[in-house]
Amino acid sequence: MRVYQFSEQPYHLAWEIADSVDSLRVTLPNSHCEPKKVSRLIGDRLAEWVLCDELGLNIIVNEHHASATSVSPSPTMTLSMLATQTKRARLLACGYPLANRLEPIRLAEELAYIDVVSEGRVDIGLVKGSPYDIAPANSNPVKITERFWDTHDLLIEALTNQDGPFTWESEFHEFRQVNIWPRPWQQPHPPVFVTGGSPETARAVGQRGHTLITILGGWNATKVFDAYRESVAEAGQPEPGPANFGYCALVGVGETQEEGFERLNKVAGYFRTTSIVAEPFMNPPGYMSAQGNAAWLKKNQTRGRAGKFFPATTKDGRVLKIGSGAGHGLGVTPQDMIDAAIAFAGTPEEVADQIETFYEHLGGFGTLIMMGHGGDLTHEETKASLTLFGNRVLPRIEHLDAVAASA
Amino acid sequence: MSEAGVAEAKRVEIDGVQIELVELGEGRPLLFLHGMDGIDPKAPWLQSLAERHRVIAPWHPGFGLSERPDDFRTIADLAYFQLELARELEIEDAILVGTSFGGWLAAEMVIRSARRFSHLILVDPLGIKVGGRMDRHITDMHALSQEQLTAAMWHDPEKGARDYAALSDDELLGIARSRESFTYFGWKPYMNNPGLRRWLRRIRIPTLLVWGESDGIVGREYIETFVGELPDGSLATIPEAGHYPHLEQPERFGEVLAGFLAEANPPARTTTD
Repeated sequence: MRVYQFSEQPYHLAWEIADSVDSLRVTLPNSHCEPKKVSRLIGDRLAEWVLCDELGLNIIVNEHHASATSVSPSPTMTLSMLATQTKRARLLACGYPLANRLEPIRLAEELAYIDVVSEGRVDIGLVKGSPYDIAPANSNPVKITERFWDTHDLLIEALTNQDGPFTWESEFHEFRQVNIWPRPWQQPHPPVFVTGGSPETARAVGQRGHTLITILGGWNATKVFDAYRESVAEAGQPEPGPANFGYCALVGVGETQEEGFERLNKVAGYFRTTSIVAEPFMNPPGYMSAQGNAAWLKKNQTRGRAGKFFPATTKDGRVLKIGSGAGHGLGVTPQDMIDAAIAFAGTPEEVADQIETFYEHLGGFGTLIMMGHGGDLTHEETKASLTLFGNRVLPRIEHLDAVAASA
Repeated sequence: MSEAGVAEAKRVEIDGVQIELVELGEGRPLLFLHGMDGIDPKAPWLQSLAERHRVIAPWHPGFGLSERPDDFRTIADLAYFQLELARELEIEDAILVGTSFGGWLAAEMVIRSARRFSHLILVDPLGIKVGGRMDRHITDMHALSQEQLTAAMWHDPEKGARDYAALSDDELLGIARSRESFTYFGWKPYMNNPGLRRWLRRIRIPTLLVWGESDGIVGREYIETFVGELPDGSLATIPEAGHYPHLEQPERFGEVLAGFLAEANPPARTTTD
């Protein structure tokens, strides 16, 4: 099993006003962002990722826009820095919001460049794009899924076509002379991961044979993985193994259970803030299906999705509503989050046990994305948690999927 | 926002596309093009128009329960479609009325062909870019909450309040589809066609712009600029009305329309190509 360390690179210093504003995304003026403090925070995150390289952990970088929850505008930019500072870590650009960013050729070039510089350590992670990132990109929310797959097809063609310039005239893209230099180190192209939380997306990913990553799907994530397996079976392809699946959860490791739980509670600042989005940007028309939006209207919920809580279901069927807002608690305990498998926390031995249990429950996954930093977890705490994970959790779990580890 | 009902619309096929259409009344034909929220066949203003006109009010492709062909990409596709509709329904010497998004659509039709229309009435129309690159003369409706949007669109926002739970599943699906298609055709450039303003000069039939004085979507400067680009344009403003003056002040709206039709004379047919 490969483990990737994830931080959204939050600017948590602006979160103290979370209870007095209606949005930490899109509309919060950047006067709330102090560049010198951002510089220090990003420096800490980069140092943690370099530490991961020494610990045998891998690196994942994502992007968001106009947000105090994440000041990372481009994973390829961050990974290009880390490519020269690391020696063995895989570099996963995930997620790259393919349907929001309208320069797929430039993306292909950047991925190939980092792949060459890192001698073949790039992983491609594609996401449709968050609804609240649509306004900053000014991409049309309607037909976003069609645009995602068309852009995906163009990206793969650009990475693999070695026959000189090709043409791409689709509904969403117009290019006449596509011929990227350099081409990627890994042939035919770096591994592709796609995130998905719905059976529909899982099926579409399965049909293309890419690795499906489910983020915080919790104990019920099995239904998403099952949809993937079904689509592969229907296509007559070989049964997918752990290498086809990835899972993302929050992680806090300590010398004691108490210390691990304390670290998890800080990482869980993610839950406190991720849903604080002004109503019009939560669900622009077209992002969800018309049928889905009609169902929301029926509940008189106008244009928004449930913004106050992050929902999760535990293994014994309890539905958690994880609260948001800076000034009050989550409304759930670390044990609740562990029971829902949206977090692994405690001592290294407990964390390894929790991951093993969930691994068996899901039927195996070759990629674990750990949000090992979030909220106001300090640089020192993050390093301590990562070090415990690398030295004492990783040896217990990396054997779980020998195939993926040796791939 | 009370224009929601699709119950009394009939399903017809126009140019191979299945759409919903409301048709009522007799007299000189009046083609009505709805805004982002569609048509309520029971609305008082529509009933009173039907006393003097054969009112034809199609749900645009993609709005309500009308089909949106996959190759419809821009407002031009809707404009050509509505011109085909006018041809198939043999509409002649008609009055073309468009409100909001439908006003933009009506203008896009007439710059292409005015052959079937004698008069054009644009009610708080979207569609043109006014001002400089950092000016916004069409409010970003997608940056407003439902409550803020209702406040911007109505002089009396209470009239725009809507109990979604009381609507039928078809009506709710129609609203969701309308919002989606409104977004699809109007996202970028935002609710305008940068080329339209120049070609408004091709609208040579008498044109009345109606503007609700409390409209928070398009303001007076925008509307006056719009009128100024029309060879034969005039402006009527309606007090105590927002973006939908026909809904908020139906009587006054009817009077303004009747007055315009009585006074304005269309030019000779040869100049309206």
